[in-house]
Amino acid sequence: MFALNADTIDVVLSEIASMSTEERTRFLAGVAQAMRRSIVDMIARAKAGHIGGDLSVTDILATLFFGVLKLDPAAPQWPDRDRLILSKGHCSAALYSALALRGFIARDLLATFMQALSALNGHPNRRKVPGVEANTGPLGHGLPIGVGCAIASRLSGAGWRTFVVLGDGELQEGSNWEAAMAAGHRGLDNLIAIVDRNRLQQGARTEETNRLEPLADKWSAFGWEAVEVDGHDHAALYDLFTQPRTGKPLCVIARTIKGKGVSFIEDRVEWHHKTPSPEQVELARRELA
Amino acid sequence: MNAVTAAPAPTFDCRVAFAETLIELARTDRRIVAVCNDSVGSSNLVAFQKEFPDRLVNVGIAEQNMVGVAAGLANGGFTPFVCAASPFLTGRALEQIKADVAYNGYHVVLCGMSPGMAYGELGPTHHSIEDLSWLRAITDLAIVVPADPAQTRAAVRWAAHADRPAFLRIGRYKVPAVAADEEGFVFGRADVLRQGDDVAIVATGVTVSRALEAADDLAARGIRARVLNVSTIKPLDEGAILAAARETHGIVTVEEGMIEGGLGAAVAEIVVRHAPVPMRLLGVKGFAPTGETGFLLDHFGLNRVGIAAAALELAALEPRG
Repeated sequence: MFALNADTIDVVLSEIASMSTEERTRFLAGVAQAMRRSIVDMIARAKAGHIGGDLSVTDILATLFFGVLKLDPAAPQWPDRDRLILSKGHCSAALYSALALRGFIARDLLATFMQALSALNGHPNRRKVPGVEANTGPLGHGLPIGVGCAIASRLSGAGWRTFVVLGDGELQEGSNWEAAMAAGHRGLDNLIAIVDRNRLQQGARTEETNRLEPLADKWSAFGWEAVEVDGHDHAALYDLFTQPRTGKPLCVIARTIKGKGVSFIEDRVEWHHKTPSPEQVELARRELA
Repeated sequence: MNAVTAAPAPTFDCRVAFAETLIELARTDRRIVAVCNDSVGSSNLVAFQKEFPDRLVNVGIAEQNMVGVAAGLANGGFTPFVCAASPFLTGRALEQIKADVAYNGYHVVLCGMSPGMAYGELGPTHHSIEDLSWLRAITDLAIVVPADPAQTRAAVRWAAHADRPAFLRIGRYKVPAVAADEEGFVFGRADVLRQGDDVAIVATGVTVSRALEAADDLAARGIRARVLNVSTIKPLDEGAILAAARETHGIVTVEEGMIEGGLGAAVAEIVVRHAPVPMRLLGVKGFAPTGETGFLLDHFGLNRVGIAAAALELAALEPRG
């Protein structure tokens, strides 16, 4: 489980759960760092992608895929799997890296990211990539789909849960609030939304563009349990994602740093979808070694 | 006043056949759920809700969420029938239809209720005359327009097992029975309701019975009009269209929707490539004035007089080759 240089990492959730917090955090941090190296390599090769958001969401996806989600890479369509919907579909390099490390897709495939005719489109496609639950890309689509999944799980009397990872900028899309209202009304406590709150959107800071705060209050007002947390704190994320159900949907507002892990990319608006020069790639690799 | 006039043929609101069939299917197929936007009454789902309260997902007045929720339900193993007034379902949630349903390839059945100009005097905001044009451009989305109750029943049964994204246009404006046979509807098949080789009238939905009336008038003038009921707009029955093009002097298309991009355009796309013939495209032109549905259909010439006039123009043309 700990051989991070291996092609894939086998995850046995019960073993993760029985680890000490320190042990688990070390493991998840190691996975996240491996994902970050993969993300930088993919974007450097493709000369395209959304590196800032990929690096801000990495710890969230690492915690989910390697500590929380009930999945079977050998049976991606297993009906009772947990659902993970990456609503901020432009951060596909992070998702593909997690899927490769988790054994859903071949590690070699990552080298084809955004190349002509690759299965790895700039935004994920479930019909081409096992492990992808929904084709996202246009913003504001993931949460409504997640609400549908959560209703489906409840209707079937199944125990599986749905996690939707949202960008913060995309919360400016009204469809999210239609979905939030429906989930709150129905008390869908098998639904967890995680907001990657990096405070930057494509063109500027969220609060300069169209203010989101007070964000937790908004979710609370829509009938959700809203919790703010350090989005790079694997232990805190793990605890929230595995906490008992409360009768309400849970919104985790994960305070993150866009570009986390690479000093010259961190918290800079221009790195939304800028691609690094060869020298910058070397620098980034050294920082992530 | 001594002439004996035949009693008018009974007419039907297709939403009734739709809802009855959905309930019948839901009794044996536990995957079937209905999703709606505060449209329980207008989608005729009251009886469904009574029998299957848990399987009626009313998301409130929120069409984007409604279609996304349906995609999620399909992801979770259900077969959602999304029932909402067609203008709002297709216009408000167009990107969700494209991305969440069609691009994902989910088996979601989108049911555009009260389409075309069914909301008559409520005006253009409530008319769904663009739906066929918008949806035809969406990959992998089947488009079905039943013309009467028998076709509606068969189309709903087909959609429940189609395992593909589909749009059903379910009429509210009352229409007479026109189905070709007991089977009612076969996906992908255009039905020849009237044989003829002078001119072809290709119609869909509420215009089919009007095309048949026009064919009667034409017959009285010695012109044999072939009448096709196109209930599957996409994929279109190319064989039936090409036969009509090759075996008649020309084609009139008739639809309760915008001419740009609708049935007429779909027919023209086939004809122009393989068997060019003169065509007349009848449909809605611009935002409608105030008036009830029947008045508006007449206003745009979507009646026996307008259809026959267009057919006469083509029949008067010299035969090809």
